Amino acid sequence: MSPSARDARLLRWLAFAAGLASAVLILIVLFLMQESWPVIARYGLVHFVSARGWHPTEGTFNLVPMLAASAATSALAIALATPLGVAAAIFSRFYAAGIVGRLLHWVIVLLAGIPSVVLGLWGLTVIVPLILKVAPPGTSLLAGSLILALMILPTIALTTEAALASLPSAYGIGAAALGLSREAIIINIAIPATKASIFAGVMLASARALGETMAVLMVSGNVVQLPKSLFDPVRTLTANIALEMAYATGDHRASLFVSGLALTAVVLALAAVARRSGGQVVHA
Amino acid sequence: MHSLAVYRSAHRIALRDRTLQLLVLAAVVVITSTFGWLLLDIVWHGANRIGWEFLTAAPRSAGRNGGIAPILLATVLILTVALAVSAPLGLATAILLSEFSRPGGRAGYWIGLSLDILAGVPSIVFGLFGNAFFCVWLGLGFSILSGGLTLACMVLPILIRTAESGLRTVPNDWRLGAAALGISKASALVNVLIPAAAPALVAGLMLGIGRAMAETAALIFTSGYVDRMPASLLDSGRAISVHIYDLTMNVAGGDRSAYASALVLIALLILINGAASWLAERTLKRRITAS
Repeated sequence: MSPSARDARLLRWLAFAAGLASAVLILIVLFLMQESWPVIARYGLVHFVSARGWHPTEGTFNLVPMLAASAATSALAIALATPLGVAAAIFSRFYAAGIVGRLLHWVIVLLAGIPSVVLGLWGLTVIVPLILKVAPPGTSLLAGSLILALMILPTIALTTEAALASLPSAYGIGAAALGLSREAIIINIAIPATKASIFAGVMLASARALGETMAVLMVSGNVVQLPKSLFDPVRTLTANIALEMAYATGDHRASLFVSGLALTAVVLALAAVARRSGGQVVHA
Repeated sequence: MHSLAVYRSAHRIALRDRTLQLLVLAAVVVITSTFGWLLLDIVWHGANRIGWEFLTAAPRSAGRNGGIAPILLATVLILTVALAVSAPLGLATAILLSEFSRPGGRAGYWIGLSLDILAGVPSIVFGLFGNAFFCVWLGLGFSILSGGLTLACMVLPILIRTAESGLRTVPNDWRLGAAALGISKASALVNVLIPAAAPALVAGLMLGIGRAMAETAALIFTSGYVDRMPASLLDSGRAISVHIYDLTMNVAGGDRSAYASALVLIALLILINGAASWLAERTLKRRITAS
């Protein structure tokens, strides 16, 4: 076979493979829509926020408690993880450029690699008993947020670190020439200059927090209710899917797909915001 | 008066600087001590159950006693299925993106965008999709095959993006040199570009394996819970992460085995990452001495 004919055949195969790879996303969206369509057609979308509670056997599918739980755990986790993550990045950039900074970097990379089910196990056997001492039942909104914060901290720390590293060195040199202290450089120059990237990192971390299932499921108590305090057990949208998918049938099953569809929409919207403000997809 | 104001403002600045320094240090201490606590807790509680018997025996009384042999086999089978499907597909797509599509071209843009979106889809949603598509629509049921194929969809973006960036780092001179010699693009790929990018390809593969092995949510309702020794790819098989979940949540007194399995999982993940960097370095060295 001539070289050009070989290349033409290769290109056809490659195009086929790439088409298949791109089709996965389309298939996912199509199947989510197909599976959730029966219940959307019957009840309408408003049903999912206005029905009398989540009672699958009676045909009422109110997702508001789960939506609130997902939003609350993720928001609290972001509030905890953002200062810690940014501080970690500042530390390895400005305070300990040598071996200590690299050590912290590796701790954060390793933390990112801990499977969520292992974090859930640790949370349930270590953190939950501690919270139980303060206020029963221990498995709570607070426990979920703490474990989530640990999970998303690496995302924020690593994006901030990359953003700080990409600042032009002239900024630091100029600031030092003006006699600014290290702290003044951090607060008045480094942080404002990397604001957009930090924001993008926070958006990516929120997307991860909302989509996270196992760790939250294991430590949050899984009671369907609107949380009134930090110590209330809650059930997030993702936990609800994981818990009920095993036995759900008919409309119940379809309503779980509706929650999956809603989750995907929110997470992708956050990722899009992150992309527009200059963040990269972190494959870790 | 003036000098007093200067003195006061200098004092205030020093105070602010000291506060920031303390806050940053406190944050670092919180992060490292929490991580240390987590790691030590797992090693401490997991180590005493681990031995030859734990790795080679079948679980007894719902996993409280016995070992994890069928679970390890099921995990390996699920990973094998996932990689057998996603690695060739991923490499081919990466080659198309890096070698055959114009930078800024339309096809490349759309394929890339769809991959970035796919990378953001939560794993539980992959589980829903896998259940609806592989288990029900294709009729594969709760099986190792369903679980593996679901994971294949999930790791595809990582594999493609790492392979693509690996191929893009190969110097353009090598492509031009191959073209000047009249070698077809296909042979140039097989003999020059892919070997040159091999370390990056392997590293990407290992990242994918790591991500797949840590996954739980996508597997609970695709590959299922059955902890017997799998006899075929159409049997249900329990991955190690699902085993940890089940022992923690559904088995009273399963904590010890859960910790031991968690330690095995973390050890495997570290082993895989170590192997990846070793392999990458070796390939790189051989390539340099050969040329």
